[in-house]
Amino acid sequence: MQNSMLAMILAGGRGSRLKDLTNKVAKPAVSYGGKYRIVDFPLSNCANSGIDVVGVLTQYESVELNSYVAQSGNWGLDSRDSGVYVLTPREKADADLDVYRGTADAISQNIDFIDKYDPEYLLVLSGDHIYKMNYDKMLDYHKAKGADATIAVREVPWKEAPRFGIMNTDEDLNIVEFEEKPKQPKSNLASMGIYMFTWKKLRAILVEDMVNPDSSHDFGNDVIPAYLAQGDKLVAYRFSGYWKDVGTIDSLWEANMDLLDKKNELDLGDTTWKIYTDDAPALPQYIGPDACVSNAYITQGVEVEGEVTNSVLFTNSKVAAGAKIIDTVLMPGAVVEEGAVVTRALVADGVKIGKNAVVGSADSDEIVLVAKNV
Amino acid sequence: MAVKALGIVTSGNRIKVEGMQEFRPVSAFTFVGRYRMIDFPMSNLSNSNIETIQIFAGENPRSLAEHVGTGRHYGINSKRGKVSLLFSDQEEVNEIYNTDIASFLFNESVIERVKADYVVIVPSYMVFAQNYATLLDEHIASGADITLLYHKVSNADVAYLNTEALKLDDEKTVLGIETNIGGKKTKNIFMNSYIMKKDLFLQLVHEAKKKSSMYNLFNIVNDKAASEELTIKGVQHEGFFAAITDFKSYFDANLTLTDIKTASSLFNNKWPIYTRTNDACPTQYVEGASVKKSLISNGSLIAGTVENCIIGRGVVIEEGAVVKNSVICSEVFIAKDTVIENQVVDKYAKILHASEIIAKPENPGYVKRMDTL
Repeated sequence: MQNSMLAMILAGGRGSRLKDLTNKVAKPAVSYGGKYRIVDFPLSNCANSGIDVVGVLTQYESVELNSYVAQSGNWGLDSRDSGVYVLTPREKADADLDVYRGTADAISQNIDFIDKYDPEYLLVLSGDHIYKMNYDKMLDYHKAKGADATIAVREVPWKEAPRFGIMNTDEDLNIVEFEEKPKQPKSNLASMGIYMFTWKKLRAILVEDMVNPDSSHDFGNDVIPAYLAQGDKLVAYRFSGYWKDVGTIDSLWEANMDLLDKKNELDLGDTTWKIYTDDAPALPQYIGPDACVSNAYITQGVEVEGEVTNSVLFTNSKVAAGAKIIDTVLMPGAVVEEGAVVTRALVADGVKIGKNAVVGSADSDEIVLVAKNV
Repeated sequence: MAVKALGIVTSGNRIKVEGMQEFRPVSAFTFVGRYRMIDFPMSNLSNSNIETIQIFAGENPRSLAEHVGTGRHYGINSKRGKVSLLFSDQEEVNEIYNTDIASFLFNESVIERVKADYVVIVPSYMVFAQNYATLLDEHIASGADITLLYHKVSNADVAYLNTEALKLDDEKTVLGIETNIGGKKTKNIFMNSYIMKKDLFLQLVHEAKKKSSMYNLFNIVNDKAASEELTIKGVQHEGFFAAITDFKSYFDANLTLTDIKTASSLFNNKWPIYTRTNDACPTQYVEGASVKKSLISNGSLIAGTVENCIIGRGVVIEEGAVVKNSVICSEVFIAKDTVIENQVVDKYAKILHASEIIAKPENPGYVKRMDTL
């Protein structure tokens, strides 16, 4: 291992507020940004941070996600001693087949996997978030602080703090208390679901947590309080870059729209920290003789013959002649046929908007999710 | 392990493309933005399940070697398949010795070692999609000694010059192979693709060398056709076909693909063309950009006007810039208010201070790799 750190990505959640988008795939496999899937972000961050071994813990509708992340070469995680390992719940000699009972339990049930690599540090990540972070720097901080666990936090507006897991810290960023969705928050430092643990200590806590009948086996609710109860050193690691939990259709749409600003903070064009993904063998994007494209983010395999304004077009999506899309996200393979008009919508993978159909409107509050052919 | 057919990709040793070829062999030229020429023969072979492939590299092979690598992006099986890059003596005193036969002989032991019944020999300076698995089946069923692939064209008087054309009888038996020096409009342009038994191939290589050090493979095949010693059949190819034999044909072949109908005769989902990804992000079109009839690769930033162009990866076209009828290679920067027409702008070039670079479509211009204008 390049930096004695092993990463585990929690990718078992459905993300049910994404409605029909996650009927057949888990949230980490949902497409984002024209050519990516959400899970490309933590995986690419791991690869770029010099982490060699990444376990991906999957559970909900995992077929597509499992086969996707197993292609380790897509992220360059296939060199010597490197790999992406799909870890689903399994039957064991001394335990029946059981689901992962919580985020912490997903790690506990794979202690044998982690032990095999004998890492000094364990990085636990969520597969649901869009951001770029150098975990190696976080590890340096963890070591410099002499912490037992380090939790990445970012400042959120005070009025939104009640929606998050909040870390209350002293002035040296030592965490003194963790509150899940506090009504009266004492701090606006929200947990980003990124945890750096010194493995030996975490291992001991997990072994106890596994057999604790009162535990919900969750990092926020059980593991962090256990650390605090023991008086271990827990520190917060401030992060201030772009970070999005695209939990809803509106926020997924918005995160895509963020890319239209060429100075956007996520900066996917930064060649020093590329986000890797599965490359689709497709032609460069084709813009037709009568097309009109203004303020758009478009990837290869797209065909535009109509009008595109303020929109993000994913791999192999099409806008036919005379069709118009405005403030819209077309997911992979979505097709807008002749004369159709789509406004403020998110069109799901492979969905067809038929000739002259009208979908969404400029003054709707919510973004329309189009998950069936119209 | 024995395989049915060995794929051999030839370098186009007789091709000279002014300008671009100083920097890389034709096989490593970028094509339609995100591809390189070698991607077409490699994808054709891979899609045809021919996974033992020898590529003859040509001069300045650095970028070709880098691009092909292990061949993994072509979906070549890493255990059962094998992609080798072969080099040959290039310091010949006289170009006339620089024949494909010379490069085959130089690597004869490598070719011999592959246990394969057949060879499928394909060029890297021609662009087309072709299923070689069905062609090989046809070849075997026909009982012919050699099968040659050709494309019927109706503009041989002005294009495809210095390629070869097949003389065929009504049964599509090849009577001879001649160099196209213009004249007739309709010709069967030879696509430099051969299928034959590997033993026969090696035998012909030796016969050619014995006959003349200037001989290429097509010369000896022509002799065999003329003397009727061997049965040689032609098979007509359908779909998009381009031969990159000079700068103009490179320019034209790229730009004809800005027509989506033409492009779809080369690219379709059932016969993917693979290339090495560079993980570029999607392309950004800012407000005020105007793009028509163009193919644009990822990682670019378009703020100006683009018409009838091929745009490579990571290109910046600033606001007010107007780019028409041009092939813009990867990582090119075109500054504000510049006008570019009928140009090939090679990789990493920066157009910063020139207000106009305009040429006639029949005589397109070339901006050198890494140049600043």
